[in-house]
Amino acid sequence: MSLAALTPDTDIALWLNQQTEKSLLRFLTCGSVDDGKSTLIGRLLYDSQLILDDQLASLKKESHNRTVGDEGIDFSLLVDGLTAEREQGITIDVAYRFFSTDKRKFIVADTPGHEQYTRNMATGASNAELALVLIDARKGVLTQTRRHSFILSLIGVKHVVLVVNKIDLVDYDEAIFDRIVAEYRAFAEPLGFSTLAAVPVSALRGDNILAKSGRTPWFDGVPLVPYLETIQVAEDRTLGKMRFPVQWVNRPNLDFRGFSGTVASGVVKVGDEVLIASSRRPAVVKSIVTMDGELSQAVAGQAVTLVLDREVDISRGDMLTHAGETPEFSNQFQARVVWMSEEPAYPGRSYLLKLGTQLVPATITDLKFRTNVNTLEQTAATKVDLNEVATVTIATDKPIAFDAYTSNALTGGFILVDRISNATLGAGRIDFGLRRAQNLTYQNFDVNRDVRSQMKGQQAKIVWFTGLSGSGKSSIANLLEKRLTAEGRHAYILDGDNVRHGLNKDLGFTEAARVENIRRVAEVARLMADAGLIVLVSFISPFEKERRLAREIAGDIDFVEVYVDTPLEVCESRDPKGLYKRARAGEIKNFTGIDSPFEPPTTPELVLHGAENEPAVLAEHLHGWLKI
Amino acid sequence: MTSGSLTHLQSLEAESIEILREVAASFERPVMMYSIGKDSSVLLHLARKAFFPSKIPFPLLHVNTTWKFREMIAFRDAMAEKHGFDLISHTNPEGLANGINPFDHGSSRFTDIMKTQALRQALDAGRYDAAIGGARRDEEKSRAKERIFSHRNASHAWDPKNQRPELWRVFNTRLNPGESMRVFPISNWTELDVWTYIYSEGIELPSLYYAKSRPVVDRQGTLIMVDDERFRLEPGEQPRQEVVRFRTLGDYPLTGAIRSDAATLPGIIMEMQASRTSEREGRLIDSDSVGSMEKKKQEGYF
Ligand SMILES: Nc1nc2c(ncn2[C@@H]2O[C@H](COP(=O)(O)OP(=O)(O)OP(=O)(O)O)[C@@H](O)[C@H]2O)c(=O)[nH]1
Ligand SMILES: [Mg+2]
Repeated sequence: MSLAALTPDTDIALWLNQQTEKSLLRFLTCGSVDDGKSTLIGRLLYDSQLILDDQLASLKKESHNRTVGDEGIDFSLLVDGLTAEREQGITIDVAYRFFSTDKRKFIVADTPGHEQYTRNMATGASNAELALVLIDARKGVLTQTRRHSFILSLIGVKHVVLVVNKIDLVDYDEAIFDRIVAEYRAFAEPLGFSTLAAVPVSALRGDNILAKSGRTPWFDGVPLVPYLETIQVAEDRTLGKMRFPVQWVNRPNLDFRGFSGTVASGVVKVGDEVLIASSRRPAVVKSIVTMDGELSQAVAGQAVTLVLDREVDISRGDMLTHAGETPEFSNQFQARVVWMSEEPAYPGRSYLLKLGTQLVPATITDLKFRTNVNTLEQTAATKVDLNEVATVTIATDKPIAFDAYTSNALTGGFILVDRISNATLGAGRIDFGLRRAQNLTYQNFDVNRDVRSQMKGQQAKIVWFTGLSGSGKSSIANLLEKRLTAEGRHAYILDGDNVRHGLNKDLGFTEAARVENIRRVAEVARLMADAGLIVLVSFISPFEKERRLAREIAGDIDFVEVYVDTPLEVCESRDPKGLYKRARAGEIKNFTGIDSPFEPPTTPELVLHGAENEPAVLAEHLHGWLKI
Repeated sequence: MTSGSLTHLQSLEAESIEILREVAASFERPVMMYSIGKDSSVLLHLARKAFFPSKIPFPLLHVNTTWKFREMIAFRDAMAEKHGFDLISHTNPEGLANGINPFDHGSSRFTDIMKTQALRQALDAGRYDAAIGGARRDEEKSRAKERIFSHRNASHAWDPKNQRPELWRVFNTRLNPGESMRVFPISNWTELDVWTYIYSEGIELPSLYYAKSRPVVDRQGTLIMVDDERFRLEPGEQPRQEVVRFRTLGDYPLTGAIRSDAATLPGIIMEMQASRTSEREGRLIDSDSVGSMEKKKQEGYF
């Protein structure tokens, strides 16, 4: 693997041409822990003379007290770049490394074998065309070998090389190699890889890496590197249906409006009629703009800006396609997900789904089954745990444009994100859309308060504020609502103002009318909480009996009574609406605190002292106490 | 494009443009780090392409230690003028007041105060939620491990053991208050890719990258250019003229030159192909210890 001869006499343009003509292969290493994946990549880098003198010197120093080959180097140190990895001798996260031979360029993702870090293996696989599945010749096919192979097939890696490593430790035994290969082939059969080759290697000693090893005369296949240099994997994405996900609206001034994005598949030409997936509205491509000048066409993989011939409503997340070749546009589909979080996935939970440039709230509506990675058997399940694969149906809050993953990974692969921590929880591939989703939605699945609350990422409840007029109920409720809204929660305030003017405008201030007022407000609060909202009720509600009524109406809904305890003198001195003054003057009758009693709650969930702290402090305290 | 598919450089360019647009579309206050070196120059070129005909929709931030090569600053200002981008230059005011310099305070303290802390100050002051950088995975072992969209907690720290999975081109750009993202659009480029791209696109670089006769002194085998009168010469030491160039640009007292007569891009590319040392060797700060880059990154360094 010498470097292309480059002398001062070589024509640089010619040389560069040779370099750019080289094709690129993206591959990953995977398999069980300690099978020698990192060692193999280190070996490849070393053998392709990519390790420069200064790096080699420090490497030799570091390899002291470690398993080394004839070169005196622990090759895994070349890739295990994190301190924790070196200390523990394992790979934790993917390393992306680059090397090239005279024939090809390679981007390799070295992934961890440890089960805990399976999500990082999936990360490495998602952009790879080929996988090296490593096996320790002494151990054979293990659970993690199977899990990784299954994930490869899900993610759509079609080419696999089974690398039976550490062949030096089993005396280069042909029978062991054959047995492992046969066992793996039998397991992998249903996974449907397009190509599956096998090679016996010693990553540490370099057997069958660059050239055939004299120590395995029985091996009649191709050594690893020559195989990687020649295998044909490229799929021509320009042949697919045209998909242009709009990423960014390009609007430098009033005269220019373009849609920037990367062609996901197919070819788009000037003059093409395109359809907007969401609205099905047509438009014609007027020009394809780049800084290097206008193009007549753009092909899969190119990042361009399209200008259309008419004003149409298009924003980020929309997809442009050709008529007659439109993607699915629906709010329900079946998919397979790989779960990547300690917190299991449950049906009914709400997540954020990102597919291409589209981001929407989504719910797992049905968990059809889980697949056992060892046997590929499908079993019923009520949740999906870390590193498990499950088949689910998903409903999105609004329709999205997509294709089946098998026809287009870029428009059929998605991630699920936690609505509160924003962590990436899982990845999925769409198998097919469920047509007429409206009719099929929630077939196996009751829509209830829990489901509705979870879609909003919260727990429904009623927070009932009681206290004198001017005690600070509304200020606190307002601040709390703002805070909750800022956090992405859905809250709503019911108070005298928005209820008395509409729903209860027929009610006066008699004893009976006051009870009816409270009853109606409590019923509305219950309905709203049942819809999944956090309802903040801000009513003087001076009588214990009324408050008990409200609590009874709430039933099994979480009901929190908050007593804003502010002394009458303070309320009266504040008198924000001038009501106390008017009551004292006798203009208002039955005014609480003046000529009508306030019965302090005997068992409120929380008391806030309105005279001692600012409303902001009290709202903050309440927010913390509620633990929403 | 005869076959209908893209060349390697064209795919790299498209991937980087897609990442830059994703930043502009997903964050409220992005900023692009501009260090004036070759990677920054490529990044600037890519950003101009990504948003054309719009201007780059975010400012460029230069963390100025005040010890950069003089030519770098002149080049920086000329670029801002020519391409009309917003340039923010930040220097750590306490560091400046205390006269922090690489001679008296040592490279690691100097770097910590004038680079890492200065960067954190600038990012906090701008309340930037995404900072775009020109780091590449082939530069260093811990960089090879980093995501393209790399999450930082509220104190700018990287948690290498707990990175978000990053599948396909679907980037999780969501943040909680106070958190931020570091974004590396040229993660998948190699040093050779960078040079060949500069060559094929005709990207302007500071002339420090090209061989020329320059005044240097030899410090334990590293050639340091005497760029201004602040340089501390040893007793009796005299700078001598040598034909040298730089593989990487930074603070002049901490950046080693190499003897070379490659005065053109083809010459540089050829020399690089024959070279047996890595580009970071010239950076005095990285050679401290194994894992030093990871540690710096955890503290908020780029
Ligand atoms: N004898 C021998 N030892 C090997 C060979 N390949 C790897 N090893 C040793 O096996 C151990 C594990 O190697 P790694 O490369 O770290 O394994 P890995 O598959 O990357 O491990 P994880 O990434 O943590 O899953 C090390 O001690 C290596 O030196 C080989 O071909 N022969
Ligand atoms: Mg490993």
